[in-house]
Amino acid sequence: MAGYYHAEDLPRFPEVGKNAPELWEKFSAWYGAVFAEGALSEREKCLIALAVAHAVQCPYCIDAYTQASLEKGSNADQMTEAIHVAAAIRGGASLVHGLQMRNSMAKVSL
Amino acid sequence: MSLVSLQHPLSAAAEQLRILGQSAERRRPFAQSLAGCGLHPLRATGLQILQINVGKLCNQTCKHCHVDAGPDRREQMSRETAERCMEMLAASGIGVVDITGGAPELNPNFRYLVETSRALGRHVMDRCNLSILLVPSQSDLVDFLAAHQVEVIASLPYFQAAQTDAQRGQGVFDKSIEALRKLNGAGYGQPDSPLKLNLVYNPAGAFLPPAQQQIENDFRRELGRRYGIVFHRLYTITNMPISRFLEFLLGSGNYDRYMDRLVQAFNPVAAAGVMCRNMLSVGWDGTLYDCDFNQMLDLPVDHGSPKHIRDFDGQALASRRIVTREHCYGCTAGHGSSCGGATV
Repeated sequence: MAGYYHAEDLPRFPEVGKNAPELWEKFSAWYGAVFAEGALSEREKCLIALAVAHAVQCPYCIDAYTQASLEKGSNADQMTEAIHVAAAIRGGASLVHGLQMRNSMAKVSL
Repeated sequence: MSLVSLQHPLSAAAEQLRILGQSAERRRPFAQSLAGCGLHPLRATGLQILQINVGKLCNQTCKHCHVDAGPDRREQMSRETAERCMEMLAASGIGVVDITGGAPELNPNFRYLVETSRALGRHVMDRCNLSILLVPSQSDLVDFLAAHQVEVIASLPYFQAAQTDAQRGQGVFDKSIEALRKLNGAGYGQPDSPLKLNLVYNPAGAFLPPAQQQIENDFRRELGRRYGIVFHRLYTITNMPISRFLEFLLGSGNYDRYMDRLVQAFNPVAAAGVMCRNMLSVGWDGTLYDCDFNQMLDLPVDHGSPKHIRDFDGQALASRRIVTREHCYGCTAGHGSSCGGATV
């Protein structure tokens, strides 16, 4: 993570709350509740987070949820499948817009 | 090879303690965390388990080994010291004997310790690396353990070969599976069997163990499905930032992050239940320690407690003040960690 992003910055995340502490508190409470054991297990939620982290390409989230997934007992096979799900949705989302292309093409074509 | 054979600076306990001491300057010191939950100074609450470390000789050289054990190590408990341990056991009310190493079975006095402890009516646990059961000189070991109803605590960091071999050496996973089949064949681990077979999981890297029950379920499902192996319980143990694991942490650039993780995950409930509060650890030369980790850091019992098995004083040791340093965060993080697994 050389350059723009720095791994050692991740623990400083709470500093983002400095100028809007109430909003930060609300975000923190909500975030904690989201990842608590519920209808989905903590392990499943971490794998979803790991996949989404790859989809949004957040280096901090990738580090955090790689570690968290391992600490929830996921293994490399499961984590790799999770990021393939993210990649498939990203790829599929691009490809399905081919219908917009086809619609657009149809509109201007004889 | 062991750190000792490599003449690595971290083979010296003093160097490890120096590095851990620097950690206390940069993070909340362990004593302060204990004080924050009313546990400082930490004291023993009794003497229920005697953990005997019979030496550093082992047939494996695991990357995370806190003992720095290996085939090149020669420190071994003598017959005389083993006899002192058994005399002390006979005179005490300690009910459980936990034998560890190295590979404890390689010590010529291992079977004497088992037979004597059992004759005294004590429960005996053998911390077994599994592959030792396949060594030709130990061909009758499973039968011996079964005959004396020794509980086997077997190291198996994961139910897949890659993670296990990365930590314990190439080919160790296959040997471990073969050894587990041998144990199952003798009745170990079978449902309702009195021959207890418990597994030990520890992370194959710089991260904390998962919830014990959850990973136990995974192991039970996967070992059963893939290999037809059964066992009773699985214990999760956190990797301690000492010896070879410390060398890995420093060499891989993970040390600061791992220590931050341990400190951040300090759990007062786990701290209240640490294993050193009800056990006593004896080194191969008869020196007494609060735990096997302190043993490897050359930190014997202190604060006025007798320091050698020949001077054993059950009353004084049962309420002794425990020696703590920054590595103790390893036992108090998250779900807690002990030789009997998670404590929370």
